[in-house]
Amino acid sequence: MPLRNFNRQFFRGIAVVTEKNIRLYYTKPPVIIFGFLFPLFMFLAFYLGKEVDFHVFFPGLLAMFLFFIASSVGPLITPWEKQAGTYERLLSFPVSITTIILGDSAAGMIFGIMINVVVLAVGLITLNYCLNIMILCLGMLLGAFCFSSLGVALASPSVQNPSYVMMFSSLIRFPLIFISGIFIPLEDLHGLGRILCYFSPITYLVDIFNFSLRGQSNIALIVDFAALFIFSLTFVYLANRSHKRNLMRGL
Amino acid sequence: MKKESNKAIEVRELTKRFGDVTAVDHISFGIRKREIFGFLGPNGAGKTTTIRMLTGLITPDSGDVQIDGVDIRKNPIKAKMKIGVIPEMGNIYVDLTAKQNIILAGKFYGIARGELENRADALLAKFGLLERADDPVKTFSKGMKQQVNIASAIVHSPELLFLDEPTAGLDVQSQRMIKTIIREMNQRGTTIFLTTHNIEEANVLCDRVGIINNGEIAAVDTPEGLKRTFEETQSVKISFDTPVDVSEIEESRLVIRKEKLGDKWRLYTDNPDKLVKYLAQFAQDNNLIFTTMEICGASLEDAFVKLTEDK
Ligand SMILES: Nc1ncnc2c1ncn2[C@@H]1O[C@H](COP(=O)(O)OP(=O)(O)O)[C@@H](O)[C@H]1O
Ligand SMILES: [Mg+2]
Repeated sequence: MPLRNFNRQFFRGIAVVTEKNIRLYYTKPPVIIFGFLFPLFMFLAFYLGKEVDFHVFFPGLLAMFLFFIASSVGPLITPWEKQAGTYERLLSFPVSITTIILGDSAAGMIFGIMINVVVLAVGLITLNYCLNIMILCLGMLLGAFCFSSLGVALASPSVQNPSYVMMFSSLIRFPLIFISGIFIPLEDLHGLGRILCYFSPITYLVDIFNFSLRGQSNIALIVDFAALFIFSLTFVYLANRSHKRNLMRGL
Repeated sequence: MKKESNKAIEVRELTKRFGDVTAVDHISFGIRKREIFGFLGPNGAGKTTTIRMLTGLITPDSGDVQIDGVDIRKNPIKAKMKIGVIPEMGNIYVDLTAKQNIILAGKFYGIARGELENRADALLAKFGLLERADDPVKTFSKGMKQQVNIASAIVHSPELLFLDEPTAGLDVQSQRMIKTIIREMNQRGTTIFLTTHNIEEANVLCDRVGIINNGEIAAVDTPEGLKRTFEETQSVKISFDTPVDVSEIEESRLVIRKEKLGDKWRLYTDNPDKLVKYLAQFAQDNNLIFTTMEICGASLEDAFVKLTEDK
């Protein structure tokens, strides 16, 4: 069965690329700084010393952590590999660009979920939520994939230089945080803010987390999931296109 | 349904442009199974671009490539399963150990874990790297890195191995080791496609050589065939224990031109075989002892220089 063989090889490729990424890139300093310390400091800067109702803000916080962590590895893997000269070698294996992109996305996704589960556990212990675990897990999975594929899509415009990629990716990632409903609850947003927030995938995940932790939501769940799904497809498509287009750059 | 072809690689009208530069210009050639084929050309000739198109890394502007009957553009994964590639600049993962690199490569081909361990150990032993198996590759010398690179490219026992300038920048020992490995692989049935700008390497390693220049193939032949094409005449260098009058030899009509080189004579001929046999008889008849007897052909270098001269 050629088709079955092809599928097996496709998924095997994704798994091997993912494993390689986890082994090589999770502990690199930029990933730790941009993925973990950064959202932590941002959180401290915004909430410390203020009168905040954590019960209300925790779902947004959870989404922000997932966003930063899941999208931190993706922009850097390909530039690193091109710089080290391993990218051409990787492409000589029986994998396609799509396989590599999905493997890079999966690595970011797993990294995001791992740390997000810890943050969630802290929230569940200190705050009193009645949890819809099914919706929460689905949301976390889809959200993590969506954010990490955004990260991978951000890898390509300037593939030769990892530090430039980091700057460029922050330029895209920060506005997405600010226009989302993390800092200001959706119901308090009006006018342009209210329109802009729908352009950030984070908004939909915050809504899913709000629903599954606090039982409150502003957008229909089906819309949340559909939006995250469409964002994911778009990011994978864009990643594919720009990785192919920039294939030879920096090789 | 499946037609057994005796061609390992078949290339038709392959072309690649980068902006105004035509890196590879409508090249066509075939590579037979089990041969060592060398692509010889000066820097910038288009060797790397060709290998990258043959191995599916870059898409040609036109033309097609069949790897063992599989079209690399239509069916890249299937074609890539059959081949091993050692790219010119391609590095292995220096943060991984030698063994981890080989195992990582093997996983891409779906080799079962236990089998993979065995193969990795066997390859490391073969390259004399067993003691360094668990050291990160970043602590290795350039030659050792290239050995790990080759080991991880052959872990799935490919039918076809591509090497882009495999010995460039290596010390003599490593170069010899790599040449030995290439010959061994070939003897066990692997077809080899390699590129080099080193004429001597092509001469001693390859069954056939394609000379590429400015993106075009100037000639494809055996190294000896190439040399022969470019010698208008060959020569035989001789000297005897006592000086002789060579005019008697000239009477054989086998000698086109003669040249005195110190105590030796260089006799130009278009049939060196017949001349040598004649000379042997001549020596016997005159009770002479050979102190020098050498057939000199044009070198592959002569052929190369002539073929890559700007027209
Ligand atoms: N990615 C690229 N972008 C632009 N030009 C390229 C690229 N790769 C190769 N070239 C050009 O194509 C020609 C052939 O290069 P290459 O195939 O690397 O030659 P070789 O490997 O024989 O030294 C050269 O003129 C080189 O400058
Ligand atoms: Mg080259």
